[in-house]
Amino acid sequence: MIRLSHHLTDPLIRSNPVTLQILGICSALAVTTALATALTMAAALIFVLCASAAIISAIRRHIPHAIRLILQITIIATLVIVTDEVLRAYAFEISQRLSIFVGLIVTNCIVLGRAEGFAMHHPVGPSILDALGNALGYGLVLVVVATIRELLGTGRLLGIPMLPLTEQGGWFEPLRLMQLAPSAFFIIGLMIWAIRTARPEQVERPEHRLLSRQGEARP
Amino acid sequence: MAETRGPWARFLARPNEDPVKALGMAGLVALGAALTVSTTATLLEPRQATNLEAARAARMQAMIEALPGLREVMEEAGVTELQSRLVDLETGRVLPDEVMAFDPERVARDPGTGIELPPEADIAGIGRRERVAVIHLLERDGALALVVLPMRGAGYQSTIHALLALEPDLDTVAALTVTEQGETPGLGAQIERADWQALWPGRRIADDSGTIRIEVVRGTAATPYEVDGISGATRTGNGVTAMLRFWMGPWGYGPFLDSLAGEGAG
Repeated sequence: MIRLSHHLTDPLIRSNPVTLQILGICSALAVTTALATALTMAAALIFVLCASAAIISAIRRHIPHAIRLILQITIIATLVIVTDEVLRAYAFEISQRLSIFVGLIVTNCIVLGRAEGFAMHHPVGPSILDALGNALGYGLVLVVVATIRELLGTGRLLGIPMLPLTEQGGWFEPLRLMQLAPSAFFIIGLMIWAIRTARPEQVERPEHRLLSRQGEARP
Repeated sequence: MAETRGPWARFLARPNEDPVKALGMAGLVALGAALTVSTTATLLEPRQATNLEAARAARMQAMIEALPGLREVMEEAGVTELQSRLVDLETGRVLPDEVMAFDPERVARDPGTGIELPPEADIAGIGRRERVAVIHLLERDGALALVVLPMRGAGYQSTIHALLALEPDLDTVAALTVTEQGETPGLGAQIERADWQALWPGRRIADDSGTIRIEVVRGTAATPYEVDGISGATRTGNGVTAMLRFWMGPWGYGPFLDSLAGEGAG
């Protein structure tokens, strides 16, 4: 079990799908204006990613190579539709606020990426752990970004007032920018910077290097 | 050994490059997906319908709140909600029957309670229309203060449902509320926004000769019959225009509004 647990813990920070692989950015921008939508989206992705990894891993030996992507997408799309239907039945108000972004989980690169890159070649157990780890890594970024955006943008968290607003006689003036899409880019960018400063091995090697006069690559 | 295995095991044992296996796996996955999706949709449909109905009622309530002074009028008149009536759309007569919650689209689909619209009349693109519609009235001291007419029409990619509230002159818009739509998020879906719907109060449906002129225009409105369009959502705007023109015309609430106006004069 200890041997397997790195599948779960690695994607949380070290190889986080959002901050290292820059995947799933579209929905990370769209659903992070409020913490409630970010949590719902994270839960939806956890379900879809784990279930698709389990199913695809279970039938991986019988998936013909030529049609594997179509089969993976079909399975993922089915799970996404089920999730969307369940949300519309049991969490109607929040599903209205998430609008199309639950449906767009189908095109979230993390899901297909883990199916194609991991679940196709590994047994069910590790596949589920890997899926859960990646989904939690994505959820972690979403929750951090949404917390910052909702708190600084509206002075609330989960709709509960946290900071006293100036219009009610307090000292906090909401930063409207935080409710707009660019702020998510700024926050994710700062997070990537912070992580790569702490872990320099994540910084990409430059593609081209200038030769120094001695004909050796500069360090 | 090979003879003892069932057809299932023989199928699974085929190499993955085999066309039978490829087609078979595609079919099996598609079948599983179809069964899962249809089962979920069928099981959850009643709950979702309840949610949509509650949302519709909430929007109706929101429209009442948004109409200037309506809340006070209602309090004065001692009513907490609008009165609903059944109207025969063909004759324009109000029916005495009790109003139950009903889904106009389902009623329109039923051959017994709905009619097929002739293509030239069906400008709103709804295909079929119910014979009897539910409308909502607000009466004050025995006089009509507001008429609320539910309507629907084809937008760009969905059916738009709306409530139109008319002033007692049956021509001036008191409010328009979109109750349900599935237009493009960020473009056509903006018809659901309060700031767009706030453009409607005070607009006029028809000119003095009785010709229906109301229109969602591209760009900025110039006359009392025009409402600013949403850029990037021309076809949604056209859908709203067609919906209003259909339902205010002879195939929609025209006969009912005529009979109301006649009553007022008499």
